[in-house]
Amino acid sequence: MGRTIRVEVNGKTHECEVEPRTLLVHFLREELELTGTNVGCETSLCGACTVLIDGESVRACTQLAVQADGCSITTIEGLGSEHDLHPLQQGFWDEHGLQCGYCTPGMIMAAADLLGQNADPSEAEIRTALKGNVCRCTGYHNIVRAVQSAAKRMAGAAS
Amino acid sequence: MSGVIGSSVKRREDPALITGKGSYTDDLKVAGMVHAAIVRSPYAHARVTEIDTEAARAMPGVLAVFTGKDLVKGKAGGVVPTGWLLPDIKTPAHPLLATETVRYVGDGVAVVVATDRYLARDAADAVVVEFDPLDAVTDPLAATAADAPQLHDDAPSNTSFDWELGDSSKTDAAFAAAARTARVELRNNRLIPHAIEPRAALADYNAATGNLTLHMTTQNPHLQRLLMTLASMGMPEHKIRVVAPEVGGGFGSKIHHYPDEAIASWCSIQLGRPVKWVATRSEANQTDAHGRDHVSIAEIALDDDHKIIGLRVQTWAAMGAYLSTFAPAVPTYLYGTLLSGQYDIPAIHVHVLGTFTNTAPVDAYRGAGRPEATFVVERLLDAAADVCGLDPAEIRRHNFVQPDQFPYPTQVALEYDSGNYEPALDKALDLAGYKALRTEQAARRDDASKPLLGIGLSSYIEACGLAPSQVVGSLGAQAGLWESARVRVHPTGSVSIFTGASSHGQGHHTTFSQIVADKLDIDVEQVEVIQGDTDKVQFGMGTYGSRSLAVGGSALVKSLEKVIAKGRKIAAHMLEAAEDDVVFEKGAYRVAGAPARKKTWGEVVLMAYLAHDMPEGIEPGLEESTFYDPSNFVYPFGTHIAVVEIDRDTGEVTLDRYIAVDDCGNLINPMIVSGQVHGGIAQGVGQALWEEGVYDESGQLVTATLLDYALPRAHRLPSFETAHTITPCPHNPLGVKGIGEAGAIASPAAVTNAVVDALSHLGVKHLDMPLTPERVWRAMANASAQGDA
Repeated sequence: MGRTIRVEVNGKTHECEVEPRTLLVHFLREELELTGTNVGCETSLCGACTVLIDGESVRACTQLAVQADGCSITTIEGLGSEHDLHPLQQGFWDEHGLQCGYCTPGMIMAAADLLGQNADPSEAEIRTALKGNVCRCTGYHNIVRAVQSAAKRMAGAAS
Repeated sequence: MSGVIGSSVKRREDPALITGKGSYTDDLKVAGMVHAAIVRSPYAHARVTEIDTEAARAMPGVLAVFTGKDLVKGKAGGVVPTGWLLPDIKTPAHPLLATETVRYVGDGVAVVVATDRYLARDAADAVVVEFDPLDAVTDPLAATAADAPQLHDDAPSNTSFDWELGDSSKTDAAFAAAARTARVELRNNRLIPHAIEPRAALADYNAATGNLTLHMTTQNPHLQRLLMTLASMGMPEHKIRVVAPEVGGGFGSKIHHYPDEAIASWCSIQLGRPVKWVATRSEANQTDAHGRDHVSIAEIALDDDHKIIGLRVQTWAAMGAYLSTFAPAVPTYLYGTLLSGQYDIPAIHVHVLGTFTNTAPVDAYRGAGRPEATFVVERLLDAAADVCGLDPAEIRRHNFVQPDQFPYPTQVALEYDSGNYEPALDKALDLAGYKALRTEQAARRDDASKPLLGIGLSSYIEACGLAPSQVVGSLGAQAGLWESARVRVHPTGSVSIFTGASSHGQGHHTTFSQIVADKLDIDVEQVEVIQGDTDKVQFGMGTYGSRSLAVGGSALVKSLEKVIAKGRKIAAHMLEAAEDDVVFEKGAYRVAGAPARKKTWGEVVLMAYLAHDMPEGIEPGLEESTFYDPSNFVYPFGTHIAVVEIDRDTGEVTLDRYIAVDDCGNLINPMIVSGQVHGGIAQGVGQALWEEGVYDESGQLVTATLLDYALPRAHRLPSFETAHTITPCPHNPLGVKGIGEAGAIASPAAVTNAVVDALSHLGVKHLDMPLTPERVWRAMANASAQGDA
């Protein structure tokens, strides 16, 4: 039996019937066709599926779609576009913060949560904030620089 | 744009990937698509006595349930072969789905196809399989014991191959004459690759045309298609299209031909519908080919002058339950051949037994044999420094192959084409502040309030840019290892290139565009790189073995040279000049000595397609291809230094600094090169400190999730300090060498040497990876107990 949920995703409201057991990440990927959010481990341990729910980073692979009823969700597609990159997207591009790109959307969303709470994080704070997001390609070196670059850009825009 | 080679051009692949518009296999959706789930063995070794699929078939949404017997009856689904044969190797059959015996946890026994992925998973759980469990063996050395459970009737003593290289009597004589010897018994821990994108396939068979299109997570689509034709599917190559869309990392694990993608293809043919299969993380951990898993006894012999005179190694290498695609090559020709390291060693002998174990198959994983060899050599160098009373840096320097010795033939079948090892060592020591670190280390040992400090060196070499086809053919490879490139110049002067290399994070789109832009003097934006599709790209060998730039980039340069040469003929005709008098520079063909007499690139290209006034005998069009076979491997090298701190109370190791000086020849894109080094270091540090694929005695994989398998995470790593020396490769047109694996090859030894160095004053001589707090704490506790006694 389906359940009807109402969610705002990337600024657009959707009212959909979903199976109660449908995971949020599958709802986003398969119902809304927002495939930027990836699945890496289905157990909250790799962070590839990280999205923002009401501004906080959440693992979409271990949350049911019905739990997001009434919430506002931001995915990588809602953060910025190729014509109007978010400072984090720009930072990851400028600093070579990605290689295969599979962990990148989740990594960027987790970093967005960090910069929302701490506009000027130290390297140690960035590393700690991103410890739940696994990247197998970069060794994190350039991810740290990407987040630092974004923080600087955002501080510049704010001042 | 001349000068674009050597500059850190931002990656052209990134705008799609940072906005969520990259299309990976599981992102693909086609009309009528259904989902497959594979029923896997929970036992490491068992007879399959019965498979009851009735309940599963009756479940909602289920379209079919197939067993191994159905696959055999359905003709498709032969064996998965191995692509590398050694003398007298045993190559037991590997069915796509087991019919009588399962040999590792995760071995497939049935497949369910249903209308959605949740229903497929439900139905897979409802397939009832009766197993009659057998004893299992998971250790590569224990597998050879007389009373060990036997995996395959046709492989006595669980031995797939018994291989040796080098001169055994010469080496034994060196040991007999040695002033000093040192010995290390070690394990090279089993690793699980963990590409963050799990393997996936979308198979779409069109019964009307008889064509199969398979999108899949692969590093080498043409090789997959070839193996499907030769073995797993039996369909002709021209009826199969394999496409690698965006691929989320591979590290070797997506080279190999696994059963699952062929099973999805077979199901699509049976059902006439597109079938998608996506591995869960636990399935990936159970079934992706693992890496390493060696047990070795290694010895080094030195003369009075601290010169190495002999090196002797015995290794037992796990092959897992079946031989994976390139498995036999990894602990032999990618391992034994590297045991001379950077050193002038007059006698070497290595003996390797490849043994079957009730585990996931073991095959190439980042570095593939070369990290294992480097670990042996660099642990032995530290052991030798210890018995000689020399500093680890000085014993290395003392034994390096000298610049005037190149080309240097080793005692283990390679000829190093070039090298200059001392400057890389000196640069690393200088960056590290080595002397000051040694002073600090001594001070720390006397101050119990501070953590212990350890400094570890790893002076590595690798043979990569795999590889000269004739050489690998003589060594057992069942494929050539050349690479192809086609350059298509469009009538208006922009360019599409078709490469047989298959990027899955390495940034080929950017690097290859830079090469084209530089050689043709056009903008990078004028170049499109097409790869990963067997219908679009001529046969190619794919991306692994740090080969794409050294081999694929060389093929590209050769094709560009052919394009420029044909353009010169056309331009000379247009300019009414002798061909030899025309040069291509600054975007135009110019008459030498009269540069104002010129035809621009655009004018010449357009003429090639208009063909209104072509030189005699020259065909219209401007498109050239090359199948480039290198004359030798390439030999990158360098010295890495790890600096670790050890908590005296808990044994926890903290990687404080990591310095990497690499020589990969000329750099096309320094930013991308650094990225490759960083990632490789992190993977090797992971092996040294945290990672291990663990099977218990019954053969259960106890590290099947990321809760139990500890990957490197951001807060456990420092920023890395990287630098280069540049010794161009003398035999390829760009002077380049591979860099994709260097970090993973050097770092396990650097970190382990650092940890043993930190504890050396306690009498600790060796510790096996991963260097967990428990293992380090026990070593410290044992040392202090012995000290008290």
